[in-house]
Amino acid sequence: MADFTLRVRRYDPESGEAPYWEERTVSLEEHRSVLEGILQIKARSDGSLGIRCSCRAAICGSCGVRINGEPGLACKTHIGAAQRHSQAIGKGGVIEVEPLGNMPVIKDLIVDMDAVHWKKIQRVTPYLIGRQPVPEREYIVPRESMLDITQTMACIQCGACVSDCLSMEADPGFIGPAALAKAYRFVGDPRDDRRHERLLDLSEDPQGIFDCTHCFKCVQACPKEVNPMGQIMRLRRIASSDEQIVDANNGVRHEAALSTLIRDYGLLHEAELLPRSYGGNSWFGKFHPAAARELLSSLPAIVKAVLRRKVSPRQALLGHKLPPEDLKAVKAIYEHVEGRRSPHRSERYELNLFIVGEDEDGNESAPAGAADKEQSA
Amino acid sequence: MKVAYWPGCVSRGFTPELHGATAKVAPLLDIELVELDRANCCGCGVIAEHNQELADTLNARTFALAQQVAGAELMMNICSTCQGAQSECQERLDASSEYREHINETLSGEGLRYERGLTNKNFLWVLVEEIGLDELRARVKRPLSNLKVGPFYGCYIVRPRERLQIEEEQPRDRYLELVIEALGGTVIDYAGARKCCGFPIVTMNKQASLRQAGTHLGDALDADADCLVTPCPLCHLNLDLQQPLAEGVVGRRLGLPVLHLPQLVGLALGLAPEELGMGRHVVRPKSVIDWSTAVVASAA
Ligand code: SF4
Ligand code: SF4
Ligand code: FES
Repeated sequence: MADFTLRVRRYDPESGEAPYWEERTVSLEEHRSVLEGILQIKARSDGSLGIRCSCRAAICGSCGVRINGEPGLACKTHIGAAQRHSQAIGKGGVIEVEPLGNMPVIKDLIVDMDAVHWKKIQRVTPYLIGRQPVPEREYIVPRESMLDITQTMACIQCGACVSDCLSMEADPGFIGPAALAKAYRFVGDPRDDRRHERLLDLSEDPQGIFDCTHCFKCVQACPKEVNPMGQIMRLRRIASSDEQIVDANNGVRHEAALSTLIRDYGLLHEAELLPRSYGGNSWFGKFHPAAARELLSSLPAIVKAVLRRKVSPRQALLGHKLPPEDLKAVKAIYEHVEGRRSPHRSERYELNLFIVGEDEDGNESAPAGAADKEQSA
Repeated sequence: MKVAYWPGCVSRGFTPELHGATAKVAPLLDIELVELDRANCCGCGVIAEHNQELADTLNARTFALAQQVAGAELMMNICSTCQGAQSECQERLDASSEYREHINETLSGEGLRYERGLTNKNFLWVLVEEIGLDELRARVKRPLSNLKVGPFYGCYIVRPRERLQIEEEQPRDRYLELVIEALGGTVIDYAGARKCCGFPIVTMNKQASLRQAGTHLGDALDADADCLVTPCPLCHLNLDLQQPLAEGVVGRRLGLPVLHLPQLVGLALGLAPEELGMGRHVVRPKSVIDWSTAVVASAA
C-alpha cells in the first residue's frame, strides 16, 4: 500500500463558479488503477465528485479522462505508472486528472459525449447497408477483408482520440478520428453497398478525411490500437487511387503532386508543390486560377523569403534534383511498385502490423555499417 | 563520431540555413558528416498515404545507402518529419523478413540491400544519447543565460511513443527541454510544445492550418518566450515563413523568432547569429541577435 496524490479538475457549470483544482490523497497498491483512486476519493472524502465508469476492465469505454495531460482510460492506467510519469514530466509525482478535451464538461470528469462524439459518429452512417441483391443465405466474403476491419471494430467509443485531436481543436467541425475510423469499418466491409458514396461524401465534405493534420494524437491516445489516423490515410488512399474521387480540399491533388515531384526530382521541390496542389499536377498548374489566387495570397511570405535570401529565385523556379543515375533508380522503383497496380485493392501490398504481428527474428545478428548500437550516453 | 547524414529536402530547399548551420555545428561536436547525397525524399508521410509499399521501398533505399557508409555509427537526420516518416517505414521493414525480402528485391536492380536494424537518429537524439548532456555542457562557450526558449518538437518526433522508443529511461519527448537547459537557457513552458504546427494541411485547410501555428506562437509569447526552437524544418515553414499570414488568421501581432535546433546549439557553442543563417528567417530573430550582441559586448 502506498499513498498517491491526485489533483482533480472540478467543475460544476450549474454552480456558476469557475473550474478549479482539488488535491486528495488516496492509498492503494501501485498496480491499482487511477480509476480506483478516483473512486476512493468518491467513497471516502467527497461523494459529489463526478466520474463515469462501468466495467473497470477497459471494455465499456466510459472512463475516458486526461491523466497528466494525456487522454486515456482511467481504469487501464496503473496509478504507480501515472505517479512516475508525473515525476518524469516535472509535476512532482502529483497525478493530474482532467476531463477529456474538445467536448463540453457536464460535471467534473464527465463530458458531453452526445454533443460531440456521438454526433460525429452519427455523421458517418455507422451501420451496414447490405449489398444488393441480398443473398439467400449469408454473404460469402474473403477472410482477409474481415480481418482487415477487425482493427476498427476494436473501438470501444471512449472518446480518448477525440479529446486531443489537433485538427478538431483548430476546426471543431472536423469529423474527427473516432468517426472516421468507424467510417473505414464500413468502407472496408465487402458486404456494404455504399462504399463509393461513403467515400464521396467524406471527400466532398471539406471537414472530412482531408482535414486531418497528421498529428498522431489519436494513434497515441487509443487504448485499443485502432490507429484512427492510419484508417483515415487508408480512406484517402482508396478514395483517390481506387475510386478516382477528387476531394474538396485539394488533398488528392496535393498527394499526386508530391508523389510525381519525387518521381521526377527525387527530392521535394517545394516551390512547385504549392501551385500544383491547387492548380493541377503539371508545370502549368500554377497558371490555373485557383493556383493564382493561392499564390497571390501567399505572396507576402514568398517575397519576404526571396528578399531574405532564404530562397533564391533560381531555386524557387528550378528546385533541386538527384544525380541522373539515382533519379533513374527512383523512377525504376516507382515503375516497379506502381506499375503493378490496378484498380483492385488486393494488388497493393499493405503490411498491417496490427494484423500480422511481428516476426520473431528479433535477435538476428546486427549488420555492418550504421548498425544498431547500444546507447552510449 | 562518423554519421551517415540525411539532411532531407527542405533543409536544402526552403530552409537552407538549417543545412548550413548543421555543417558549422557538427565539427564543434566532433561529428563527422558523410552526406547521403544520392538518397531520395522520405515522402513526408504523404507517399505512404498514397502507397505504403512505395514509401517503404524509397526509404529502404536510403537506409541501404546509409548502411554502405563505411565506419558510420548510425544514420543522422535533422528533420522531425523525416524521423517519423522513416521510422514508420523502418518499423514495417524490420517487423517482417518476408516483407523485407520483397522490398529488397525491388532494390536489387540497383545492387542495394537493406539489412534489419539500422539506427536512425535525429540530431536532437544524437545530442542527448551519443554526445551526452555533460559533454554538451562542457563545450558551451556562451551559455544562453537569460534567453527564454520555447521548445517546439513537431508531431512526427514525439508520437507514437512506442515506434519512436520514447520510454521512462529514454524520455525523447523531453530532450529539447534538457538541451535548452544544458546550453544555459531558460525553458518556457507553454501549451503548444508538442502540438501540430499545422503544416500538413496548409494546402487543404489553410485557415485551420495557420490557426494552429498562430495559436502556438501566441501562447509562447504570452508565456514570455524570446524565441522558439524546433528540430523540424516543416514546422519552421509554418511557424516562420507563414507567420505573417498566421498573424492575420489569429488577429494579433506575433513577431516571434523561430530557431532551428542546430542554430540554437551553434549560438551556445560561440558561433554568431549571421554565421548560422539567422538573417535568412522571415521573422527576424531580433531578440536573439540582441541577446548575442549584449553577451559579446559584456564579454569584451
Ligand atoms: S491524426 Fe488526424 S484525426 Fe488523429 S488526432 Fe491528429 S488531426 Fe485528429
Ligand atoms: S478509436 Fe480508440 S480512442 Fe477513439 S473512441 Fe475508439 S477506442 Fe477510444
Ligand atoms: S470503466 Fe469501462 S473502460 Fe474504464
